[in-house]
Amino acid sequence: MRRGNDLRARNHPGYWAFVVHRVSGLALAAFLPLHFWALGRALEGAGRLESFLRWTDQPLVKFAEWGIVLLLAAHFAGGLRILALEFLSWRDWQKSLAAVAAAFSLAAALAFALGL
Amino acid sequence: MVISPRDADDARMSTLDVRVWRGGAEGSFQSFEVPRHESQTVLDVVTHIQRVLEPALAYRFACRVGMCGSCAMTVNGVARWTCRTHVDQVAADGSLEIAPLRNLPVIRDLVADMREFFHKWAAARGAFAPTRTKRDDFARVAPESAARRAIDAAIECIGCGVCYGSCDVVTWNPDYLGPAALNRAWTLVQDVRDGARGERLAAVAGDAGCQACHTHLSCTERCPKGISPTAGIAGLKRAVAAAALRGKL
Ligand code: SF4
Ligand code: SF4
Ligand code: FES
Repeated sequence: MRRGNDLRARNHPGYWAFVVHRVSGLALAAFLPLHFWALGRALEGAGRLESFLRWTDQPLVKFAEWGIVLLLAAHFAGGLRILALEFLSWRDWQKSLAAVAAAFSLAAALAFALGL
Repeated sequence: MVISPRDADDARMSTLDVRVWRGGAEGSFQSFEVPRHESQTVLDVVTHIQRVLEPALAYRFACRVGMCGSCAMTVNGVARWTCRTHVDQVAADGSLEIAPLRNLPVIRDLVADMREFFHKWAAARGAFAPTRTKRDDFARVAPESAARRAIDAAIECIGCGVCYGSCDVVTWNPDYLGPAALNRAWTLVQDVRDGARGERLAAVAGDAGCQACHTHLSCTERCPKGISPTAGIAGLKRAVAAAALRGKL
């Protein structure tokens, strides 16, 4: 029998970057069926899409959309971070990479929220 | 007598509340009060307990100066070399929880069984395979070459197992070779004098090898020698992919 670690050992930037990448990936995967369902409605006719799009104008739904953009940006930036870690020769700036990824995701989500 | 806040502070800082793991895989923490000293290391604390309070306590150390790699334990939840970890750094509130290294079987108290850790070095082909004899000339390796620099960054490993005890992938997949063995393999893959590159790449490829690394960076965060096994593992992934593309794997 051997024991693994608890959160005290995991609490560092590289691990948090991993958690954000994994959670955003799972959340996006959960969102995909909804996305395809919405696209499916478009195929069924403009009217049905129209009513769906009106539904998406509600503030709560708008807020959720903002969350999805944040997730997408975070997952995208996390992926770039991994690619940089694995393919570029690097040593000392790995923590900065996590910070850059976080900053990029927030910037993308903000840009969306402000309707840029 | 009026106790000033300063005195109260000193009184609190003059002893440490220490909880030490007792037993094997099953066991529990035992509490000790240990006098606080200036520049005290976590290993000093454990030694005090064993010499003064509980002679039956089992723990392991040798050099006391960060060279032998035998004193690693889990201190307040984080794997550390205890001989070079000052109490100041880790016990801001005057309490310490000391447990054996994670991800390894526990022999007794603070002593982890390191056998599988070192077996994996062998499994990762961690032994140098010479290509020359004593009758040959010296190999000339330019200090500023990329390969030599990659080796320099990874070669000072003391085999303490801190990275291994910190790696979640080892927890999830007990067959995973782990950061230290892969880091060692990486130094040899970069070594122009070595003759077992192909076998070594084959040994470190696959589900229990470099591809299993999730890039958590826990090993890199915790290695007391400032080594980044993650960087070496990334290098192995590239070397394995390149060899596979050339049909050499
Ligand atoms: S970077 Fe890889 S080897 Fe290091 S702790 Fe993470 S999973 Fe383990
Ligand atoms: S790589 Fe670092 S943490 Fe891992 S065994 Fe070597 S010295 Fe210890
Ligand atoms: S006792 Fe040798 S490294 Fe700590």
